[in-house]
Amino acid sequence: MASDNDNYILQMKHIDMFFPGVKALKDVSFNLKKGEIHSLMGENGAGKSTLVKVLTGVYQKTNGQISFDGNIIEPKTPLESQQMGISTVYQEVNLCANLSVAENIYIGREPRGALGNIDWKTMSKNASVLLKENLGLDIDVNKTLGFYPVAMQQMIAIARAIDTKCKILILDEPTSSLSDKETERLFDIMRSLKAKGISIIFISHFLEQIYTICDRITILRDGTYVGEYEIRNLERIDLISKMMGKEIKENDIESNLDKSRPHENVFLETRNMTVPGKVKNLDLKIREGEVIGLAGLLGSGRTEIAETLFGVLQKSSGSINIDGTDIRVKCPMDMMNQKIAFCPEDRKVQGIIGDLSVRENIILAMQAKDGMFRHMPRSRQNELADYYIDLLRIKVSDREQLVSNLSGGNQQKVIIARWLATQPSLLILDEPTRGIDVGTKSEIENLAVTLAKEKGMSVIFISGELAEEVRTCSRVLVIRDHEKVAELSEDEISTAHIMQAIAGDYHGHA
Amino acid sequence: MDMLKKFTHSSLMLPLTALALLLLFNAIFVDGFFKIQVMENGNLFGRPIDILYRASSLIILALGMTFVIATAGVDISVGAVCAISAASCCVLLGGDISGVAQHPFFIAILAGLGVGILAGLWNGLLVAKFKIQAMVATLILLTAGRGIAQLLTDGQIITVYYKPFSYIGGNIPGIPLPTALLIAVCMVLLVIILDKKTSIGLMVQSVGINQTASRYAGINVTLVLFCVYIFSGFCAGTAGLIEGSFIKAADANNCGLNMEMDAILAVTLGGTLMIGGRYYIGGTIIGAITIQTLTTTMYAVGVSSDRLPAVKAIVILLIIVFQSQKFKQMYSNYKLKRKDRASGQKEAVNA
Repeated sequence: MASDNDNYILQMKHIDMFFPGVKALKDVSFNLKKGEIHSLMGENGAGKSTLVKVLTGVYQKTNGQISFDGNIIEPKTPLESQQMGISTVYQEVNLCANLSVAENIYIGREPRGALGNIDWKTMSKNASVLLKENLGLDIDVNKTLGFYPVAMQQMIAIARAIDTKCKILILDEPTSSLSDKETERLFDIMRSLKAKGISIIFISHFLEQIYTICDRITILRDGTYVGEYEIRNLERIDLISKMMGKEIKENDIESNLDKSRPHENVFLETRNMTVPGKVKNLDLKIREGEVIGLAGLLGSGRTEIAETLFGVLQKSSGSINIDGTDIRVKCPMDMMNQKIAFCPEDRKVQGIIGDLSVRENIILAMQAKDGMFRHMPRSRQNELADYYIDLLRIKVSDREQLVSNLSGGNQQKVIIARWLATQPSLLILDEPTRGIDVGTKSEIENLAVTLAKEKGMSVIFISGELAEEVRTCSRVLVIRDHEKVAELSEDEISTAHIMQAIAGDYHGHA
Repeated sequence: MDMLKKFTHSSLMLPLTALALLLLFNAIFVDGFFKIQVMENGNLFGRPIDILYRASSLIILALGMTFVIATAGVDISVGAVCAISAASCCVLLGGDISGVAQHPFFIAILAGLGVGILAGLWNGLLVAKFKIQAMVATLILLTAGRGIAQLLTDGQIITVYYKPFSYIGGNIPGIPLPTALLIAVCMVLLVIILDKKTSIGLMVQSVGINQTASRYAGINVTLVLFCVYIFSGFCAGTAGLIEGSFIKAADANNCGLNMEMDAILAVTLGGTLMIGGRYYIGGTIIGAITIQTLTTTMYAVGVSSDRLPAVKAIVILLIIVFQSQKFKQMYSNYKLKRKDRASGQKEAVNA
């Protein structure tokens, strides 16, 4: 089928990319036609950026074949791929803010005069013409790049890419810092480039935009290839389920835990809580004894909400009200004093203190709360550590074992123990079961529900595994693009409904 | 047997062995090394006392440095801070040849210590607040410190004739042990009390191992870093007074010169790693004493002072290589192989 191959500007076949100990890409294929806008989709960590980096020569693939414009290529450096005609515009503009716009466009290939000197006049003239004709921008090209807003810088980066006679333009999350109007303008430019026969690889988290601008989609999940689809044949709900790797069954009953019944008293309430670029106008109410879930794709802003409630991030507007009084928060300690506890998402980086013992890790938050000079006697430390090792069934040889030598599940339990020791009223668990064996997983789920039921503790349970939220939560908030888009309660909660809400087609109980 | 095993696996094993070997060398090759005499004025005198006495300011500096290094930082300004401390104390006392002090003695001492604390505050501000890398942040005072000391002394070496000042680096009449040694013992006791009776140690180690996770556990990382650098500055101030009193003068150019490096060395010899985390107060003290013993030994066997650094470097190189993870690993691999070979031979014989 020679004619079929002619249609493709780029074909990546059976790409493997192994890092020491990690298989980042396993047998991934990617086909790009001439003059199309093709989206690369997947959750964070699905392998999108790795694939792009293989294509642009940042990484060298372990196995597989790349054919570009009829030739087999092996790009070794970003420069090499750029010279072949593959240009990338990254999320963060990587030009030089302190050079002029014209210099940025022509850096490394400046127009020369008769004596080999740089012909500044021609350079400025060319730059103006280029920006005006291709992008419709009429700006002073002699001002420094940093003078212009980020949106404009992005356009300039695109102009540079076009002028290097690229055949493939990769746009990696170009819209995340743009306003709606600027995005619209970018889309116009993308359409005109497409008309000129340039192929565009578009990476974005915004489903809306994917459906507006793209022709086809390739979906990746956990470094593997899921499939290639025409956009008009793919329902949003199918796209979400393919990204998450879950088939959607209507009315699936997965709940086997006896859920906690929330009390009347509201423990914490937020109104219009906003953190610029992270959390948008969140209204949230947590009752005593309630387990609520935050669902959404990775990167949707679930973690940021938790971090704001724990005082790691500071809200710019809105209010947080605890037990009936508005409170001001500057650091985690302020929230710890309000009896809020937080087990963070990244266990290794944010959770454990690896070279300290299990005992020291367990008493750490409590000791921090008491202050340096109210030292807990060793006998009390031992007592506490033993109590929680026993309660949570943490598998250790003894309490002085280093935490870094424990398995992931037991490390997680140590962090939960650390927070339970502070006797919290609200426990926030961010991805508490990621990378943990099945047995421990259900233990942690049970623990969350039991704490709410027996101690009246409020729990926020964040998990990418929807089934887990369905099992444990009596209310689920669905987050998309840093905003709450739906709130499901009691019998509305099912994986199907949650996924529909994430995709934006759930409209209540009908 | 259990005790022995515990000892050979403890972090103190290597520094103690190194010190023991040095002392053994002295016992064999240096006559009367361990002899301690009572002088006419009742003071004790002898090589062991001399070593401890000479090591005291290094011990004090190294104590402060231990906490700094445990937070994964380093304070290379302590030598220069010694000079500022000595200079401010001497300037206040004045160089009057009649031996009369211009200001009360205790004010001069407080000034020396206060200047050390100020320097610590400055370093803490740069490291904890402005998040500048510790090496770079403390480099500023390392460079500027001696200049500041020069400014204070007007570019001159101020010799202090006021008698009580010499007591700090010498003996207080009627007390047989050198004052510097007593000060060092007090500082060691203070640190041990801080270590055992407060949770500063836990916080410091936690911050040194994982700053992000410490913040998520509610620890005030900024405050911990501030405390650590202030304490190091206070130690440098104290050591500066001792160093100044040794020569009864403020010598901006030479007071505490290169002592920051010896302090870092003492800490690492003691088993505390530069990447932060677990620290060993006992190890640090032994490390400091080892360095001084080495110096004294070399002088005793007649190595001249200009050749001393080379010999010192060789001995320290050996200790550090023996202490390295890689070497320990190679050694245990070697032991395993020998065991394997031995059991292999046994099987062959049995077959």
